Amino acid sequence: MATYRTVFGSVDRYEKGTMEIINDDPKHYVYSNIFEVVARAKPYEKVAVAKNLEYVIEAIRAEGRSPWMSCAHDEFVVVMDGEVEVELCKLARGSGQATKDDGGGKPGSVLVEGEPQGPRMGRIRLKRGHQALLPRGAAYRFNAARPAALIQQTQRGDLTVEKWGEICYR
Amino acid sequence: MTASARVNPSEEPGATTAGYHAFSLGQFSFARDEYFVTLTWPAKGKRQSHTMSADAFLRALMRDVAWNFFYGLVNFDAVFGTRNLYGRVELFAGRYNEAIHGAGLSYVEAFDSAQAMARFKEILADWVNAGFDPFAAPSETVASPFGEKNGDNIAAIDRFRVMTKRMTGLPGDSPLRTDAAGFPVNRAFADVDQSEPEVQVEPGFEGEVHAINLFKYLSRSDVTWNPSVTSVCGRSLFCPTTEEYILPIIHGNDRVEWFVQLSDEITWEVADRETGRPRARLTMKAGDVAAMPADIRHQGFSKKRSMLLVWENATADLPQRYERGELKPWPVDF
Repeated sequence: MATYRTVFGSVDRYEKGTMEIINDDPKHYVYSNIFEVVARAKPYEKVAVAKNLEYVIEAIRAEGRSPWMSCAHDEFVVVMDGEVEVELCKLARGSGQATKDDGGGKPGSVLVEGEPQGPRMGRIRLKRGHQALLPRGAAYRFNAARPAALIQQTQRGDLTVEKWGEICYR
Repeated sequence: MTASARVNPSEEPGATTAGYHAFSLGQFSFARDEYFVTLTWPAKGKRQSHTMSADAFLRALMRDVAWNFFYGLVNFDAVFGTRNLYGRVELFAGRYNEAIHGAGLSYVEAFDSAQAMARFKEILADWVNAGFDPFAAPSETVASPFGEKNGDNIAAIDRFRVMTKRMTGLPGDSPLRTDAAGFPVNRAFADVDQSEPEVQVEPGFEGEVHAINLFKYLSRSDVTWNPSVTSVCGRSLFCPTTEEYILPIIHGNDRVEWFVQLSDEITWEVADRETGRPRARLTMKAGDVAAMPADIRHQGFSKKRSMLLVWENATADLPQRYERGELKPWPVDF
């Protein structure tokens, strides 16, 4: 019986694929590589690598401790390389920190000013291939002892960085 | 492909060849024999016909049924397929084939989705033999799709896309895949880490603090080329899937979709949705991200079983907005 080796990429070891254009504009495929983006990103810079109208997938370099962030809608994070801890804290109604319950909800991730005012919800330790829910109305922050690569399913927000010309095949 | 002035008697609905029943849907007829499926449609006062391998036809039909006609076009090959109108569905022959359509020999007929789905399921039930699994990779299905009718495999053809309300594994949502549930680790993913995330939940937040091993979940998929929803952010759907051999259909987009290659490698052949003229060829490796524009068709080739994240936008009016030209077929200008 054959033995197979599953190839995952990492920030330190990845191989970007190729595009052979026959009759098209290569920019229409918006082709990038998550590990290449993360390798060149600042810690917790949220770089869009995919965009579909108001929705995005962001590539994130997790390194050290992130600021507290929150969102008016569910977000999801997948670890593509490394290990990351996620702390979750419920934002109290009327604290001014909550996003949706206060009616001031913005799409995408937003920064939480100071320490979140509300009960701790728990913490999650994630490794490569793990996916976590970042529930709406909760504050969260990441902590990574070594650089890790994440992708986040969310909407385009104030923290989203778009630099397609730098990251994509042209 | 050959032209024919009349329907072969063996293709008449209800007739049998090699033990297989023939079927019709509107003006389309479908018949199979030991090796092939032949379909016919009206064109210029005659019947035009087309032949596919029974293997290829059944693998494509299986996806079309399981995906409930999916998004946009499901081309079974360069001639026949379906176009989802979301509530209704068009069957087409030659409509997206430049030569056939240009010759005036194409044909399109619309049906209520439920009506077409019922007939497609009847065909699958009759034409899939015992031991043949049209959802499995070719090296993983025991029996040949060919030969005379030999029993059935209803269990194999009764699987569908997994739909998820919020996130897989949450209480009341789509379940995880485990040994106990009948989902062992696939042979090609025996080296995939099966460890679970460490989740510490404070009392009262049991349904909110949640994580899964997505790669473990994918390593236990028993089917190929079947994007199933695992997380939902508004109308943004993460639809990861495992891929091996050839995507059994050529998917024609009615919106932009995105691919994130999670492991290994897939090559995509991309052609114009309307004409089938080749436009590009992408070989995506782990960590690569690429858009599939709204005006293309694509087919994937995966040498080794791989993990692919298909990212869809399920906003209801997208096909109409692209058709009206309100949205460019590519997602980003730079």
